[in-house]
Amino acid sequence: MASERTLGASIGGTVAATRRLVRTPGAGPLLVLVPFVVLLALKPILPAAGIVWPATIAVPFIDWINVVVDAFRKHEIFGAFTVKDVTRAIAYGIEWPLDIMEGLLAGGFKSIGIPAIPWVMIAGLAAVFGWWLKGWRLALLAGGCIVYFAIFDKWSLSMVTLSLVLVAAPIAGAVGVALGVVAVKWPPFERALRPILNVMQSLPHFSYLIPVAVFIGVSHRAGAIATILFAIPPMTRLTILGLKGVAEEVREAGRMAGCTHWQMLFKVEIPAARDSLMLGVNQVIMQCLAMVVIASFVGARGLGQDLLLRLQSLRLGQALENGVAVVLMAVMLDRLSRALSEKQPERRPEGPFWRVHPYLVAGAAVIAASIVASQLTPYAQTLPRSATITTAPFWDEVVRVITTTLYDPLEFIRGDLLVHVLIPLRTGFQWMPWIAVAALVGTIGWRLAGPRLAATAAGFVCFIALTGFWERASITAYMVFFALLVCLLVGLPLGIWASRTARRTRFVQLLCDTFQTFPSFIYLIPVIMLFQVGDVAAISAVVLYAWIPIVRYTVFGLRGVPAETIEAAVTAGCTPRQILWKVRMPLAFPEIMLGVNQTIMFGLFMVILAGFIGTKDLGQEIFRALTFADAGKGLVIGLCVAFIGLAVDGLVTEWSTQRRRQLGLA
Amino acid sequence: MAEPILTCSSVWKLFGPKPRSFMGRHGGAPDLAAILEEGYIPAVRDASLDVNAGEILVIMGLSGSGKSTLLRCLARLIEPTAGAIVFEGQDLLKASNRELTQLRRHKMGMVFQHFALLPHRTVLQNVAFPLEVQGIDRRTRENRAREMIQLVGLEGRERYYPRELSGGQQQRVGIARSLAVGPELWFLDEPFSALDPLIRREMQNEFLRLQNMLQKTILFITHDFDEAIRLADRIIIMKDGIIEQSGTATELIENPETDYVREFTKDVARDRLLSVATAMRPAAAGEATHGEVRADSTLADVAPQVIEAERPVAVVDEKGELVGVVDRFRLVDAMYSDRS
Ligand SMILES: Nc1ncnc2c1ncn2[C@@H]1O[C@H](COP(=O)(O)OP(=O)(O)O)[C@@H](O)[C@H]1O
Ligand SMILES: [Mg+2]
Repeated sequence: MASERTLGASIGGTVAATRRLVRTPGAGPLLVLVPFVVLLALKPILPAAGIVWPATIAVPFIDWINVVVDAFRKHEIFGAFTVKDVTRAIAYGIEWPLDIMEGLLAGGFKSIGIPAIPWVMIAGLAAVFGWWLKGWRLALLAGGCIVYFAIFDKWSLSMVTLSLVLVAAPIAGAVGVALGVVAVKWPPFERALRPILNVMQSLPHFSYLIPVAVFIGVSHRAGAIATILFAIPPMTRLTILGLKGVAEEVREAGRMAGCTHWQMLFKVEIPAARDSLMLGVNQVIMQCLAMVVIASFVGARGLGQDLLLRLQSLRLGQALENGVAVVLMAVMLDRLSRALSEKQPERRPEGPFWRVHPYLVAGAAVIAASIVASQLTPYAQTLPRSATITTAPFWDEVVRVITTTLYDPLEFIRGDLLVHVLIPLRTGFQWMPWIAVAALVGTIGWRLAGPRLAATAAGFVCFIALTGFWERASITAYMVFFALLVCLLVGLPLGIWASRTARRTRFVQLLCDTFQTFPSFIYLIPVIMLFQVGDVAAISAVVLYAWIPIVRYTVFGLRGVPAETIEAAVTAGCTPRQILWKVRMPLAFPEIMLGVNQTIMFGLFMVILAGFIGTKDLGQEIFRALTFADAGKGLVIGLCVAFIGLAVDGLVTEWSTQRRRQLGLA
Repeated sequence: MAEPILTCSSVWKLFGPKPRSFMGRHGGAPDLAAILEEGYIPAVRDASLDVNAGEILVIMGLSGSGKSTLLRCLARLIEPTAGAIVFEGQDLLKASNRELTQLRRHKMGMVFQHFALLPHRTVLQNVAFPLEVQGIDRRTRENRAREMIQLVGLEGRERYYPRELSGGQQQRVGIARSLAVGPELWFLDEPFSALDPLIRREMQNEFLRLQNMLQKTILFITHDFDEAIRLADRIIIMKDGIIEQSGTATELIENPETDYVREFTKDVARDRLLSVATAMRPAAAGEATHGEVRADSTLADVAPQVIEAERPVAVVDEKGELVGVVDRFRLVDAMYSDRS
């Protein structure tokens, strides 16, 4: 039969190719491709279930989870109330700090006739806080942002968002620290917690929303809870890192001083881990802010919700106006919390009170002055609408000009790129049998670290296949892959350029820092503006968001090459080009691979978010799950995304660690 | 003869999965091959020592020889695998956590190689820390801390944070902190090893000055034999977890018991260490002498005089009584005897 002949030929061909490969010197690492290539070649005779696991026999993880969730939700405790009642009660518990904070910042307390804090006072206090943390520049930034919200008619929206962050961040921080402390003190707990944290940190934002919607419903407080859940893992991780980083000697000093366990924890370990913990605080705040827009899918109010509404109704100018406010909020909170984490305790000057405590005095002065001012003029209390400025018409004009002038080139990208590049690539990804991919991942894992890594990495792939979402997942993978190529094309040269001088490095780092501060959702605004919906739009969003790590790690890797090594190369007579390609790049390569890894992680987060603008991948499915409050589906798809990330992460990190050890850099 | 206030006998510390049962299987005294074969790390093996009240006992050895581990077993910062440790008649290994805390709060102090200061506390708060955890009120503890700061010569720096101080100053804070509770037993784990040579010298003098005033019982660790000689009343030499030899500096140099100790003591400047007493011989009846030197001066101090003297030089004790004579041949012999 014809098919058998082709089969025989293809097997023969593959075997020959494999032999050649094995005999080629230096082809050692390429050997990991053999099972993959063989399986690709054998595709014609693979059973259908080995190519795409049919949905009809997919393992019903979703149903299982939903059964559990349902049973759990309705499970009665003492026959009196259900778990859902409990979760709702907890959610109500969070309502009152939210209300108080919102009342203070924006609404006031009408029932008891107390007005909100005057906006001038908030601006002034923010400035004093910035001044105390880092000096007048930060004061200007913090005060300026608050003034912007007031003048540009974003006051109540932004204060609602700010109060959400100010309530969610401390709770997430406290829970995160507590979990971290328990993990450090009790190793079995850490062993259990670590994989959960890994998965939680790779789960897309939306996966947090669905269970919250199921157990708590759709409301502002549900948004707060989702935000808190999302922000806990980094705090726990940094707490563990920080506590473990406390020098053994310092701990011994505590014991020799006769500390009890609690004294040890609160007087020695936690203060000594301060740097790490404060970094955690910064991360928690930024995670909260990243959730600001996304949490509005389950009903969180504020800037995010407004932004979402405008985006959904395609009022791009207004969306941009809101986006600017979100960005300013993010920049302000990031700079403040980062300054807080960098602030070292300082010696107090001696002298009169105002000299010893200048910031307290300034704060008091601000409070007094703004109380007086708000008595004199209502403008100091809240700016009336008539006194504010809206920039929406300006942004509308910007959008109009850009879309009309750029119509042709954009149309070209939208059309030709899609037809000639993206669609073939997508077809290629969808053509690959899942068995081949699992084999590839497994072989790489085996070669790097033996059966354990092989089993976990391949296991992740199998899970995705067995859920029946293989095709969707391969679309997700193709979009991230293409975006990664673009990021490499842009990021590597930029990183090499930036690593040449300290000035450029500083400049590019500032650029990266700034872009990384933006909550991810913001990147969708310009993308929708330029490309509307579809694969091109989604991929551009991923590129916009995910170029940062590759640049950062490239610069870091190249600048981290020991000066002596470079001097040795110069002495050996290398040209600058030779130094770059023969010395610096090989040494920086493990670091660059970590950047690639991070870019993939960022890309996965964004590509799911881009489900919002119409893709056909896992992102779209997760949006559907959200609409139908299908917790099982949401979680399973979330896990699919997380597992793509974890498989890549496991392999790349292992490789990079080994390589750095080989190079003597670790 | 001074009373030992701390005694440790046959202390073992093995790192590894199940060191206790391993020890049991090997009758309480496994040999090195067995230990290594089963993958255990022999940090301390069968160490016995006495620390006498008021003496400076120096534990000396190369890095990795188990000094820190032995010291931490003595303070019970780590649990020894086997052995007994008795402090002032109390068996430390049987002490409960509460008793240990009390002991550490009142009777022990420790200085660390890398200072181990708390970065978020000022100098004053660092020094007052051991008093603070005892619950002593602020005024009392800060007064006491100020005294200690003055003692180590850091007055005026009370409000500084550790990061604002030099290494030497930070270690002074570490010393002040360890002395704040007025400990009887003072542990110092390579306190000066992280400092520059010049600063190290200065700190050694400072340490001797403090000890002259305070008369603590001291266990001092170093990997530097010169430092050991300068500071020690008695020296213990460790190698691969075993105590090779213990004795005064002179005893170690004069009578090294093992090749290792001989190797170690070979390069010391013997003339600056050995006293005239080690080189003298009894005076013959009516022997003519030329000049006199004290029996407790070092050979280096008297060398020019002895070498230039035509006849043997009289050696006298602190009361001025003749105890022997020394001539240039005996002097050279004593200084270079290890080369013969
Ligand atoms: N916690 C530990 N776990 C395993 N091995 C240890 C540990 N602490 C010390 N060791 C080992 O015990 C030996 C003695 O260490 P240490 O007492 O620190 O030596 P020293 O202080 O003389 O440099 C070394 O080989 C060291 O690697
Ligand atoms: Mg040591």
